[in-house]
Amino acid sequence: MSYQVNEKGYYGSFGGAFIPEMLFPNVEDLRSRYLTIMESDDFKKEFNSLLRDYVGRPSPLYYASRLSTHHNKEIYLKREDLNHTGAHKINNTLGQILLAKRLGKKRIIAETGAGQHGVAAATVCALMGLECIVYMGEVDIERQAPNVARMKLLGAKVVPALCGSRTLKDATNEAIRDWINNPVETHYIIGSVVGPHPYPDMVARFQSVISEEIRTQLLSKTGKETPDYVIACVGGGSNAAGAFYHFLDEPSVKLIAVEAAGKGIHSGHSAATMVLGKPGIIHGSKTMLMQTEDGQITEPYSISAGLDYPGVGPVHAHLFETGRATFVSATDEEALAAAYLCCRLEGIIPALESAHALAHLDKLKSAPGEIIVLNLSGRGDKDLATYIKHQNL
Amino acid sequence: MNRIEELFKKKRNILSIYFTAGFPELKDTVPVIKTLAQGGADMIEIGIPFSDPLADGPVIQQSSELALKNGMTLSLLFDQLNDIRKETAVSNTSLLLMGYLNPVLQFGIAGFCEKAKACGIDGVIIPDLPLDVYLQEYKELFQKAGIKVVFLVTPQTSDERIRLIDKHSEGFIYLVSSASTTGVKGQISEEQLAYFARIRAMKLSNPVLIGFGIADKAGFNKACEYAEGAIIGSAFVKVLGQRNGLTENIKKFISPLRQEMPL
Repeated sequence: MSYQVNEKGYYGSFGGAFIPEMLFPNVEDLRSRYLTIMESDDFKKEFNSLLRDYVGRPSPLYYASRLSTHHNKEIYLKREDLNHTGAHKINNTLGQILLAKRLGKKRIIAETGAGQHGVAAATVCALMGLECIVYMGEVDIERQAPNVARMKLLGAKVVPALCGSRTLKDATNEAIRDWINNPVETHYIIGSVVGPHPYPDMVARFQSVISEEIRTQLLSKTGKETPDYVIACVGGGSNAAGAFYHFLDEPSVKLIAVEAAGKGIHSGHSAATMVLGKPGIIHGSKTMLMQTEDGQITEPYSISAGLDYPGVGPVHAHLFETGRATFVSATDEEALAAAYLCCRLEGIIPALESAHALAHLDKLKSAPGEIIVLNLSGRGDKDLATYIKHQNL
Repeated sequence: MNRIEELFKKKRNILSIYFTAGFPELKDTVPVIKTLAQGGADMIEIGIPFSDPLADGPVIQQSSELALKNGMTLSLLFDQLNDIRKETAVSNTSLLLMGYLNPVLQFGIAGFCEKAKACGIDGVIIPDLPLDVYLQEYKELFQKAGIKVVFLVTPQTSDERIRLIDKHSEGFIYLVSSASTTGVKGQISEEQLAYFARIRAMKLSNPVLIGFGIADKAGFNKACEYAEGAIIGSAFVKVLGQRNGLTENIKKFISPLRQEMPL
């Protein structure tokens, strides 16, 4: 069983490139060149040196002793929250901007929900001196004002998506429409392991540095290269894809993906795609998708804007279908409680997205001595308003 | 013979009009088709509304959103189209369904073909159905139902790929007039004309209709100099959006398009 993309761009029955002809030349150009570019010495050298000196990698693998005592488990946190710009997103935007330069692109577009990917895209565009346009749902612009300000400060233009529900899905639609209208000098930096092939594979490769580092770090800390569990939250699924990547072919490592259950899986306000979705097409990819019987894409809900996506990366649909990864979910309340606990026990304010992964620690039935690595994908500075608002509930 | 093939055999300056089904009112689908056919549209593209129309500009996006709010679904559309061929005005008009892949997939491709055939649909345009997936998975089903599947060509499509698309196309090729989503972009530019001329010089085996950004008589005439005809979408949907006097508005829109062209 292979968990990697095949030569046609599929993970099992998921993936592919379901794009209108207008996008074909750009996507095909990317498909035919991304591996050659990414594997070239010159690219690797520049990427690795920026990951080290600019992003601050490797991010620490931290033994969370108080959290471990509390849960009576052995818990290591992979500190992606300590990266420049505050989340794992920068691993991907940095990789893609270096690739875009080699493709001769002059203009960068991106979509963003909570604004983390938008900030990471604006950051690398500033670094490389490229024009940056970020599409963001009008609703998200209102509720994520600090990140909008950061993007503007970094020189990006933030364009509101005014159609549909005016959130992440609609921002992605607008970015794709921009690409259709500007097919020559523009590169679209997708923020997750979603979109048409080769995006899911390309983004997973850029994020795979997370699991690559976990292996080395765990070895030096425990004498073992592989943990018993890797836990990560999943919206589109890029941090999970990166955290799982180098463990996919190690059956002894149990992979757990935590989706956002919102107000409860069957409350009508949820983003638990694996439970509520069925195979369909979104943003150029065949994957699990929340939709009506008529095939209209439905609006997900989560307290965390980064998990608020009706689809999921095709690699995760495949991991779900094959049973290689276990998909669970955490509600808004469970995520908030886990976030507060992490603040008090570890002095770490996690992003709301990552708090969903933390919430699973309570439910995980691990044996004594088993090692758990949890990918702490981002920090909670952007979520302060939400945390403060719910603190006394 | 399929009505599309017949149409291209006997006519030039073919006028194809797109509209969104169930817009502006749910019950407007059939009256719009009838009035268009009476007004002289040779071909009608019936848009299946979708929540996330990636290749469309604001006008068609909004019409889809409203149609969905009105309660439009693909199965309801088939119900509405059930007796469309009994309308005398529409008996010879080429009818195509145009929509995104996901609603069609959820309906089931086999069932979709069957229903479309029963309604007398001649062809389909599904912009996000890739050519290779069509050839491997769905071609037989569409062919069995006698439904032509139309593919798009854009200014960025390589000659090699245009030949490939031409080889596998049936009915006609949909020439997207510029690198753009649907909707008006102003006058047709010299650059666009050069692209139209380049395609014409390729002498493709399929006839060509030019669409995207064709909004009025001037644009239609220009397109007809380079291709077998043209497709008008957003400009017409905008007119439908005016709501009051639907039939009159449609007639007023289409009649200048059907007047003799100056030689």
